[in-house]
Amino acid sequence: MKPRTRRVLNVVMSWLSALAAVLVVLPLLLIFGFLLWQGASAVNVDFFTHLPKPVGEVGGGMANAIVGTLILLALAAALGLPIGILGGLYLADSRDARLPWVARFLADVLNGVPSIVVGIFAYTVVVLPMRRFSALAGAFALAVIMLPIVVRTSEELVRLVPASLREAALALGIPQWKVLLRVVLPTARAGIITGVMVAIARVAGETAPLLFTAFGNRFWHQTLDQPIAALPLQIFAYAIAPYDDWHRQAWAGALVLIGLVFTVSLAARVVTSGRFTGVR
Amino acid sequence: MAVVAAVPRAETQTAPRNLGDQVLRFVLRAAALTLVLLVVAMVASMVHAAWPAMRAFGWRFLATATWDPVAEQFGAIPFVYGTLVSSLLALLIAVPLGVGAAIYLAELAPAWIRPPIAFLVELVAAVPSVIYGLWGIFVLAPLLRTWVQPALGATLGFLPLFQGPPYGVGMLAAGIILAIMVVPYITAVSREVLLAVPTSQREAALALGATRWETTRIAVLRYGRSGLVGAILLGLGRALGETMAVTMVIGNRPEVAVSLFAPGYTMASVIANEFAEATSDVYLAALIEIGLLLFVVTVVVNALARLLVWSVGGPVKTERE
Repeated sequence: MKPRTRRVLNVVMSWLSALAAVLVVLPLLLIFGFLLWQGASAVNVDFFTHLPKPVGEVGGGMANAIVGTLILLALAAALGLPIGILGGLYLADSRDARLPWVARFLADVLNGVPSIVVGIFAYTVVVLPMRRFSALAGAFALAVIMLPIVVRTSEELVRLVPASLREAALALGIPQWKVLLRVVLPTARAGIITGVMVAIARVAGETAPLLFTAFGNRFWHQTLDQPIAALPLQIFAYAIAPYDDWHRQAWAGALVLIGLVFTVSLAARVVTSGRFTGVR
Repeated sequence: MAVVAAVPRAETQTAPRNLGDQVLRFVLRAAALTLVLLVVAMVASMVHAAWPAMRAFGWRFLATATWDPVAEQFGAIPFVYGTLVSSLLALLIAVPLGVGAAIYLAELAPAWIRPPIAFLVELVAAVPSVIYGLWGIFVLAPLLRTWVQPALGATLGFLPLFQGPPYGVGMLAAGIILAIMVVPYITAVSREVLLAVPTSQREAALALGATRWETTRIAVLRYGRSGLVGAILLGLGRALGETMAVTMVIGNRPEVAVSLFAPGYTMASVIANEFAEATSDVYLAALIEIGLLLFVVTVVVNALARLLVWSVGGPVKTERE
């Protein structure tokens, strides 16, 4: 090739790659923009305080779905976090022969499993024996999705704890379990909290695994063994329904949901940047 | 680290010093075992629940295209086809853009642009799929129906791919929404693969007088090739299992149609739509068998992807979606 062609090609390819970067970002900005525009005009006080109105009546809100999502997240966290964090500690620390390798591999497998498949799993082990859709089944599905994320982040962060800290504690004759609970965990705490929040943000918007576990509910739920409303489920149901007012509310719900997700993700970043820098 | 680990090991592996250590060891091991058992239980319970369909249809399940709940005849072909075509269409759009953007970010972009881009990718990963679907229904589908599909039909309409009435919703809409959803992942992982290419590779090419682009092509892309394939497969793994956004825009009709304008159906979306309404045991079992199939396919694709990315430069950091 002539030098001139090579130079031209160089410039052309540089611009093309910059163009690709723009095209990657553009649709996302469009989606955010449209969501803000539609959602902001649809969201109002009623949305947060009222139950859904019966079909055909205009107005009402998604108060039950907002509360339902919070309950599902709290339950899922209560189920998934202890096992996840302990599992992460195990992976970071254990010198067993095979189990760490198998657990790490399966955590990665679980992470790649489509969430709807997790929903089927929750259906077969919770809904079928209980003979009804329930908040518990929904929370179980979300907990299974959270688990691998929490396991792998906890592992990573426990590994970051400087060896000198442990050495110092062990040299003082402190037993291992105390070193782990009083030295290693507190040191890694901020990072683990970040991982937990990332996991919560990730499952907050999950819809597919709730379709046939939590199922949704147009009223206030009664007990945890009953179907419960969730924000993503409600958005889905309203989006595919043929009523304009429901579409309006779906946008409002989407804005509230994404507000929730982003708040949690941003909070996770703040935790990391503020307190964890010393350890890294 | 290794030295520290050796200190307690000498003592504790033969005889744990005290009760506390033994309890801790037991609890941690139990947590890890729970994770293992959970995955085993997942496979076992799904195989068990899908058994009636496996017994009734055998391999025919994978080879017939009839999906008739009333006559209790179930074949998975339309869904397998829909999943494959929508995912491949998504990759067709997302791969050039994602790899191109990754080249820009890793090789050419000024340093200050990287943190905001990384942040944006992180945010996008957190956007729930149902919100993409909402946008797909109310913005993308009307756009396709009124502008894109008539234009495609007028210019490329001689191809069977672009024939038929423009519904808006359909295979094309599903492919586009999937592309928008997976492109950030492909970009992020590809960027990491490219950054893992040793600087000496670039320096060697530059020293021979190569231009920036030639360096990228000869030294960087070739060196990171298997990692890039891994990044693409990770994107594919996500596209195959993506449920809500696709369900909302693909049209949900269990048919095999050549035209991209026609409505289709995917494995994930048939489960989403019909699971709660499955009326007979065999119907439910057939849906669960589709779920099992989806499980196997995504696990294989993800495992392959990880192996390939590892081969270039260590474990994938973005595995925490």
